[in-house]
Amino acid sequence: MVLSEVLTGNYAVAYAAKMARVQVIAAYPITPQTTIVEKLAQFVESGELNAKYIRVESEHSAMAACIGAAATGARAFTATASHGLLYMSEMVWWAGMGRYPIVMAVVTRAIGPPWSIWTEHNDVLAHRDSGWIIFFAEDNQEVFDLTVQAFRIAENEKVLQPVMVTLDAFILSHTAAPVLMPDQNQVDEFLPPPGSRKLPYRLDPNNPITHGNLTYPDYFMELRYEIMRAMENAKQVIIDTGRKYGEMTGRYYDGLIEKYKCSNAKAIIIAMGSSAGDAKEAADLLRDEGYEVGVIKMRTIRPFPFEELRETCRNAKIIGVVDRNYSYGFGGIIHGEVKSALNGLKITVQNFIAGLGGRDITVNDFINMGKKLIEMADKGLGEQPPIWINLKKEVIP
Amino acid sequence: MSKIPLTSISKPTKGAVGFTGFWRSFKPVIDQSKCVHCLQCWLYCPEGAIRRIGENLLNVEVDYEYCKGCGICANECPVKAIQMVLEE
Repeated sequence: MVLSEVLTGNYAVAYAAKMARVQVIAAYPITPQTTIVEKLAQFVESGELNAKYIRVESEHSAMAACIGAAATGARAFTATASHGLLYMSEMVWWAGMGRYPIVMAVVTRAIGPPWSIWTEHNDVLAHRDSGWIIFFAEDNQEVFDLTVQAFRIAENEKVLQPVMVTLDAFILSHTAAPVLMPDQNQVDEFLPPPGSRKLPYRLDPNNPITHGNLTYPDYFMELRYEIMRAMENAKQVIIDTGRKYGEMTGRYYDGLIEKYKCSNAKAIIIAMGSSAGDAKEAADLLRDEGYEVGVIKMRTIRPFPFEELRETCRNAKIIGVVDRNYSYGFGGIIHGEVKSALNGLKITVQNFIAGLGGRDITVNDFINMGKKLIEMADKGLGEQPPIWINLKKEVIP
Repeated sequence: MSKIPLTSISKPTKGAVGFTGFWRSFKPVIDQSKCVHCLQCWLYCPEGAIRRIGENLLNVEVDYEYCKGCGICANECPVKAIQMVLEE
């Protein structure tokens, strides 16, 4: 039986974690993530979820507790955002490099100063090299679906890397929308029984070992090489998991990117997170006016979808990458990565910076970007410096 | 050649990185005449470098091959039976 509920993005995460039967939750509150772990606390308190709920003194400890739990083979979950993620950073890397299949929801939020509670992707992207698989969700349904899939991907023996499911602050985290949820029996069949992983490196008092010991240069690189291979394996595992999930729910997730009207597009807009939906709506309206615009939604940024991007963009004239982030002294982060993926193809890759600190990126903004791209392609213009969307030039000294 | 594990692991082994006793600046010296056999030094030693010996294993001695000289045993001893002495 399919259950339909009107849920905020945060509650969608909590329901998914409950249905995945997480065994250990380590929680420290931070806006706009707090209602995820609040809801889970409620589930544990009411007896709906049989899990150990650990209230820790910081995000650093939250991830450390998850690592300890995962090291024994338990299914562990936590959630954080922004400054909490940065405070957790050392343990985020420890989880990635130690290969603990933890699932974490990150509500994307700008990093201060100036203080902000609204969405931006720099918090997550600061951890793009940490060995975590990183998903960006477009809507609350995808938030739920990705969180369930995340456990299956993380615990796959060809992967065994932690997974971040990210959702944009307030636009998803606190906005309610209908979410379809499969039956608990279906989820039980979809995921391996929690704690069933009998890994050779599992902590076990009857066979005592420690993890993370000093490793001399003779073997360090080989351990890192294995993580590289695990992330390459993850590409196919993510695709297979999305298909399997589709068989169960009818909602198929078929790749590391989602292609929307790209097959004959002159210009393709690349977006991620909640604004991808607005980009798709803009593409519809642009198509009505005769502009050949398509949209690529980045579902994962790690592993990075090199092959799919090259294949999809091959016949376009121009690509516009919309970055809700900035690497100061470099440019939009995803723009740089897309350019490296398209290296050698004769395609202009234009960067747009939009929506920093939670500023809206509207359908109209995407329409303007699409028209700009078509104009550049028609005039044969090359790449310009990053274009900051809706920048209030009049207030800049 | 044996294969590497998925993540770095170590098994409990005596002195896996060799003798650590030479790291020591101060050495703990136990005055056996003051010792009350409470075993606090053995409990607190972070390196397992206090050995229990003798009848009923109630006497203690320092394993100087591995003692790093941290001084925790001397600090914890309730009867001040352990002195930290500068290594020559």
